[in-house]
Amino acid sequence: MHNVNASRAANAFAPLTASAVLVNAVGLHARPSVKLTQCAKGFAAKIEFALAPDGPWTDAKSPVKVMRVKAPQGATLHFRVAGPDGKAALAAVLALVHDGFGEA
Amino acid sequence: MSSSSSGNVGIVIVSHSSKIAEGAADMVRQMVGNAVPLAWTGGDTDGGLGTNVAGILEAIEAAWSTAGVAILVDLGGAETNSEMAVEMLAEDRRARVVVCNAPVVEGAVIAATESSGGSSLAAVKRSAEEFYA
Repeated sequence: MHNVNASRAANAFAPLTASAVLVNAVGLHARPSVKLTQCAKGFAAKIEFALAPDGPWTDAKSPVKVMRVKAPQGATLHFRVAGPDGKAALAAVLALVHDGFGEA
Repeated sequence: MSSSSSGNVGIVIVSHSSKIAEGAADMVRQMVGNAVPLAWTGGDTDGGLGTNVAGILEAIEAAWSTAGVAILVDLGGAETNSEMAVEMLAEDRRARVVVCNAPVVEGAVIAATESSGGSSLAAVKRSAEEFYA
């Protein structure tokens, strides 16, 4: 899965991948989408996610794009992260999903 | 995240209805948090449905940020009155205020989300306008 559109900066770092299941009742609706976007924006790394391990990939820093995915409860979010702070970024987004975005 | 709000782009909500404007602002506060300067205005000067330039100017002032202010509007008059308000600003401020072509509620939440991450005024506007893209 070589993404020719990946930025030059991101290419310098091997992408890290991991997945997490959406546990919160509403899935990736408005409020969780905002939280995911805000979390992702705190890192320099390119952060993308998809509902399948091979994409299509969505930019986790774009609130509109994240909401359009409409991922339901029980869906698996596959993350692909590349950048100097990629490891911390991946840990942070995974923690957010595991915690149900602070919701029940 | 308790980032200082002064550096983030301010958001102004302009609706014909003060209830819509206030409700949209409530959604922004609850969903995005307090890291973004936010103000709303709605209704004409008699308290009926409409918008007024003075109210919009006050809201711009209240949400002012050195990073600029993005205005979200609903229908016709809200847009023209907002543009009029922008033209009445001092010249150095005028270039730092934009009216977004986006739905007022969704646009406000998205614009504020973008702003809360420290994005530029151009990025905030672009993100809000993705709704119609």
